[in-house]
Amino acid sequence: MFKIQHAEFIAPGIKRFVIEAPRIARKQQPGQFVILRLYEQGERIPLTIERSDPERGTINIVVQSIGKTTNLLNSLETGDSILDIVGPLGKPSEIEKFGTVVVMGGGVGTAMAYPTAAALKRAGNRVISIVGARSKDLVIEENEMRAVSDALMITTDDGTYADKGFVTDKLRQLIDNGTRIDLVLAVGPIPMMRAVADMTRKEHIRTIVSLNPIMIDGTGMCGGCRVLVDGKSEFACVDGPEFDAHRIDFAVLVQRTSMYRAAEQQSMEDFRREHDSLLARIRAEQQEAECALQGGGR
Amino acid sequence: MTQTVNKSLNPLPLKERMKVPRQPMPEQPPLLRAANFGEVNLGYSEELARQEAARCLECAKPICVNDCPVGVKVKEFVQLIVAGDFMGAAAKIREDNVLPAITGRVCPQEDHCEGGCLMGKKVTPLGIGYLERFVADYEQQHMDPKDIKKAPPSGKKVAIVGSGPSGLTAAGDLVQKGHEVHVFEALHELGGVLVYGIPEFRLPKQIIREQIDYMRAMGVQFETNVVVGKTVTINELMEGEGYDAVFIGTGAGLPQFMGIPGEHFNGVYSANEFLTRINLMHAYEFPKYDEPMVDFRGKDVAVIGGGNTALDAIRSALRLGARKAYVLYRRSEAEMPARKEEVKHAKQEGIEFHMLTAPVEFLADDKGWLKAARCVRMELGEPDASGRRRPVTIAGSEFDLPLSVAVIAIGTSANPLIQSTTPGLATNKRNYIEADVMTQRTSRRGVFAGGDIVTGSATVILAMGAGRRAAKSIHEYLTTGSW
Repeated sequence: MFKIQHAEFIAPGIKRFVIEAPRIARKQQPGQFVILRLYEQGERIPLTIERSDPERGTINIVVQSIGKTTNLLNSLETGDSILDIVGPLGKPSEIEKFGTVVVMGGGVGTAMAYPTAAALKRAGNRVISIVGARSKDLVIEENEMRAVSDALMITTDDGTYADKGFVTDKLRQLIDNGTRIDLVLAVGPIPMMRAVADMTRKEHIRTIVSLNPIMIDGTGMCGGCRVLVDGKSEFACVDGPEFDAHRIDFAVLVQRTSMYRAAEQQSMEDFRREHDSLLARIRAEQQEAECALQGGGR
Repeated sequence: MTQTVNKSLNPLPLKERMKVPRQPMPEQPPLLRAANFGEVNLGYSEELARQEAARCLECAKPICVNDCPVGVKVKEFVQLIVAGDFMGAAAKIREDNVLPAITGRVCPQEDHCEGGCLMGKKVTPLGIGYLERFVADYEQQHMDPKDIKKAPPSGKKVAIVGSGPSGLTAAGDLVQKGHEVHVFEALHELGGVLVYGIPEFRLPKQIIREQIDYMRAMGVQFETNVVVGKTVTINELMEGEGYDAVFIGTGAGLPQFMGIPGEHFNGVYSANEFLTRINLMHAYEFPKYDEPMVDFRGKDVAVIGGGNTALDAIRSALRLGARKAYVLYRRSEAEMPARKEEVKHAKQEGIEFHMLTAPVEFLADDKGWLKAARCVRMELGEPDASGRRRPVTIAGSEFDLPLSVAVIAIGTSANPLIQSTTPGLATNKRNYIEADVMTQRTSRRGVFAGGDIVTGSATVILAMGAGRRAAKSIHEYLTTGSW
């Protein structure tokens, strides 16, 4: 079991967790992720690590409530525990001095882009960050991103904060202004990453995206997370999660991500009804397990 | 109490024994079991076990013992069954096999102990697997965990990477020598392929848990959620965490695909994913469990491949309500690597076997969901490298087989996580770890490896054999210090 040292909402439906996971904290590098499972009947879901503190033995994850598991996770609070966490998984981001790098974060993807942006900055790159969200409430990690960026641009879909529009509008401006861009890193919803890829392909700007397909084991064993890269299957868990955006077949990515939509909706509906009892049950199970541990069980 | 049997207690004269056929295994009726995940085989009663054991010819030089990869003293444990000393029989098996309830269920006995049994030449081979299972289950019901003895500590520490059959076997043998044994498992549940690969109807999870609890009682320590190579490296284990030796038993990880068009369509699974969803994640119990699965009810499903994994997958699909369930195999039934009993059970349950058939392309609807496999018929040509006759495509034999789900079970390749993070660890051309066939030593001092990560996909019992050899040479290394 992995203790939640601190949990707080940083935007509506988006929560940051500081979790005790000393082994993972020692090894984590930007771009890597964990897989977690909340309770005995739970599924395994991948989540990018926002940052880690090897001395304190903690990792941070930022979670947006979308389906049952993320909603349930976001119901957990400081002092609760997570049954299973494994990681750090996936290849770390490629960090070197590229020159000028544009880091783009869409929605909760900003929290995933942050550690890589910070590492790129440390490696001596000029980092231009573009952060986008649906509206003002959902702009996250603004200060963190500002601290590691030479320039920060913010867009909201509805114009309630900063500039109205999409992150791709800002990228377009940079390109049109003749800014020399050596690399683009885009992390966010699939349609956003796809739009970025389409734009930079024409401009021949190397572009990296971080994918989050359906995954089970995360060690290369099941092959469920395969993505079509230049027409060949690669596994997001061991070959990724970051890929060259211009080689990805986004249509297949969308198709595979939607594979369990009906079941996911059913889970979510059941969960709305059972939320309170499920949460109570999980907490009771955690307490029982903790007592067993203290009693010298296993 | 273990007792040594010198004189035969068998009341049946040798001549009589040769006339008796094998006692059949009680099993769930085919049509009933095809709709549930309960165990197919129900196990011998005490009476059946003693009747079956009485068929043993008690050969002076028992072939069965030589043919067992872990060297179970078959003749001796069978004699103890005849004598009615079932706990003694269990102890006798445990001298060589720490997972008897598992091997009794999933070993391909026809390739090992039962393959050379002289009774097989007369009537039917002795049901050694059935007897082993009986003894193991009897032991589980009657043992007192307090009776499990712990060896005096040796002061040496061994890390076992992977809790599958090779790792558990090595752990069990080493802990009995007094070494401190820690098993690291990448998944959240212990058992490796036994848990994620083999379905409930062939090997109930409860059996695996019991065998692992037994090992805990012996002193083995387990840590889940550790991916060695990612969470911690072999070097860190040896230098930072003070392990004197490491055994790598991580299995053959990566699923192979066929490289034919359409493998990315929804509804096309690797056998690993398909079985992991069902076995490890309990997707067959959705929505009680959260992991989803495609709805199989009324759908046509095929598995591609002819091994145990293929049959496990297709029989699972049938149990999930598939209307038609096919095995597509490019060779003929004689070449199928699956256990004979599984083939028999699958046929009884209504699985359709299409031999000498191979898909060349998957076809989908406009939403990317599988709708058919384009297949060709094959014929057998000259023998290939494996000694089996090579399947050759028959020109013009193409046909489309309507399908909603296809499961690819054509084997696995080496997972590179450990090799790529362990400097100096030699691998072969296919990236499997190089290990000595007798000692399981790798090119790295103090590091041993065995099972599928060395040999490529094989069987539970062969992996256990490697675990056993490794434990023996790890013990030698730890006591003599010589490499």
